Amino acid sequence: MNHLVVLPAVLPALTAAALLLLGRNRPAAARALSLAATAALLAVAAALLWQAAGGTQQVYVLGDWPAPFGIVLVADRLSTLLVALTSLVGFAALTYAVQGWDARGEHFHPLFQLQLMGLNGAFLTGDLFNLFVFFEVMLIASYCLLLHGLGAPRLRAAVHYVSINLAGSAVFLIAVSLLYSVTGTLNMAHLAERVSVLSAADLVLAHAAGLLLLGVFAVKGALFPLYFWLPGAYASASAPVAALFSIMTKVGVYAIVRVFTLVFGDGIETTADLVRPWILPAALATLGLAAIGALAAQRLSGLVSYLTVGSVGSMLIATALGSPAGLSAALYYLVHSTLAIAALFLLADVLARQRGAAADSLRPGPAIPQSTLLGIAFLVAAATVAGLPPFSGFIGKLMILQSAQGTSAVVWVWATVLGASFVSVLACARAGSLLMWTVSTQASAPRAAPARSAEWLPFVVLLACGTLLVAYAAPVQRYTAATAAQVVERDRYIAAVLGAARDRAPRPLPPGGRR
Amino acid sequence: MELMLASALGVVTAAGVYLLLQARTFSVVLGLSLLSYAANVFIFVMGRLAVGAPPVIDAATTRYSDPLPQALVLTAIVIGFGMTAFLVGLAVRAHHETGTDHVDGGETHGGDERVRQVSQ
Repeated sequence: MNHLVVLPAVLPALTAAALLLLGRNRPAAARALSLAATAALLAVAAALLWQAAGGTQQVYVLGDWPAPFGIVLVADRLSTLLVALTSLVGFAALTYAVQGWDARGEHFHPLFQLQLMGLNGAFLTGDLFNLFVFFEVMLIASYCLLLHGLGAPRLRAAVHYVSINLAGSAVFLIAVSLLYSVTGTLNMAHLAERVSVLSAADLVLAHAAGLLLLGVFAVKGALFPLYFWLPGAYASASAPVAALFSIMTKVGVYAIVRVFTLVFGDGIETTADLVRPWILPAALATLGLAAIGALAAQRLSGLVSYLTVGSVGSMLIATALGSPAGLSAALYYLVHSTLAIAALFLLADVLARQRGAAADSLRPGPAIPQSTLLGIAFLVAAATVAGLPPFSGFIGKLMILQSAQGTSAVVWVWATVLGASFVSVLACARAGSLLMWTVSTQASAPRAAPARSAEWLPFVVLLACGTLLVAYAAPVQRYTAATAAQVVERDRYIAAVLGAARDRAPRPLPPGGRR
Repeated sequence: MELMLASALGVVTAAGVYLLLQARTFSVVLGLSLLSYAANVFIFVMGRLAVGAPPVIDAATTRYSDPLPQALVLTAIVIGFGMTAFLVGLAVRAHHETGTDHVDGGETHGGDERVRQVSQ
């Protein structure tokens, strides 16, 4: 068994424990340890991505309990891609946080590591209840990280965020146990097998459980009409935390893709088209409303939050088309949008600091010391998110539009994606010109210190990855197409998870049983 | 027993949802607690109702109760308890910082006369 598979969850957990032991009196050591561990995580994730690229689905059996009884971790192309993306965004956010944000509250680094652990675990697990547990690990860390730095707006946003996620967790538990009651299993591969042979009466309950799960994942992924918590929460979070959160909505998208291709997949006659009629209209509405929200935003961080919602809408539109080409487009868009939005959240913070009291509110403020550098960085990041050529957003949107061709929803998809792109361009252009060009003469801000060169490192990392996505668009597209093909092949996933266990004879019980 | 449990779960869930929709953080906390109680009992019941049956394999018996939902419900209770404690702490802190226990951190329209504003 390849122990590399479990490391993305174990390494941050151990690091978090070590960081807690280190205490708060040695911030320099904590920073170094946190950075080193995240860099190591990036290396592990890259190795896993490399191993999965060949198409093998590595199954890690925790505690050596055979598959349907114990918990398994599955490292296939989709999981490793998301783990690698998490590590990359985490690393970039952390390099920004160590410039000073981490000192504004307590326990930033242990919480950050626990958040990485929850994210990676949720991507890797092959067990539905374990997915719930990793969701909770991720959420409790995110609650505390959201509050990092405190202040009334953050507390207000946190009350909403925690409440809606607790309600979501209760619904998740109900859905999982309902599914267990009709199938008798929680292993996702085993669930996929069992759901296809359910009786008509049990199938109704399984459908109800599936739709409840869609509701829960829609809350996590911020899908209409359950996205209202996101703009408030993300806009009030501190910059490195918001950058890390840009991957958190993708957990909802990942869970929708995984559960509704594997457990309630198209391969099963009885559950095909269970959720697709719901996802497509909801995703179209999400994208449309997010574009309007972006146009109405009063602050740059609010604008970026709405762009996050819009990116989820775009991805789920492509996913809901139901073709491997659509899924492939969604995955390309996922990688691109996570990187670009993380960069924009960090950029909003640099801008806010250089504008003094005006912060990142979209009204005339004092002149910015480093307006040229910041202006170029903002232009690149905003054009990437809005989807202007030659940046990665353009290729992502092109793939989504192409995958919609020939389907019955083509008019809706083209109209919404193109319309929302246009409105996003308008919103970004308005924000950029207000922030960079409109200088108020009354506002005399104390001259802010220009950003140090180390503070540019995360942008360089994130924007360089975005550039690579364009330069190597063809290989990346081939990879996402291969990933989509692997996700759709349910039988191979089931065989990989359950096959190993079936070859092994069950161990006989000790005579007389256990007393 | 099925009718009793099903109706009790329904009542608790309905009360939880009602309280969750209130505008005060205290009601919201209570509502979420009730909702998680209902979810926990629901998990337990999903292992089928069995009275006096052991959950551990035993040579002498042939009837068993399902041990897995019992393990799941333990996990769910622990997580739910921790989350509720966190939310209570958060609500108290929000009350100190904003001077109101309204979930939006301030009265938006009309307002409740009973809300005590923190004096300067």
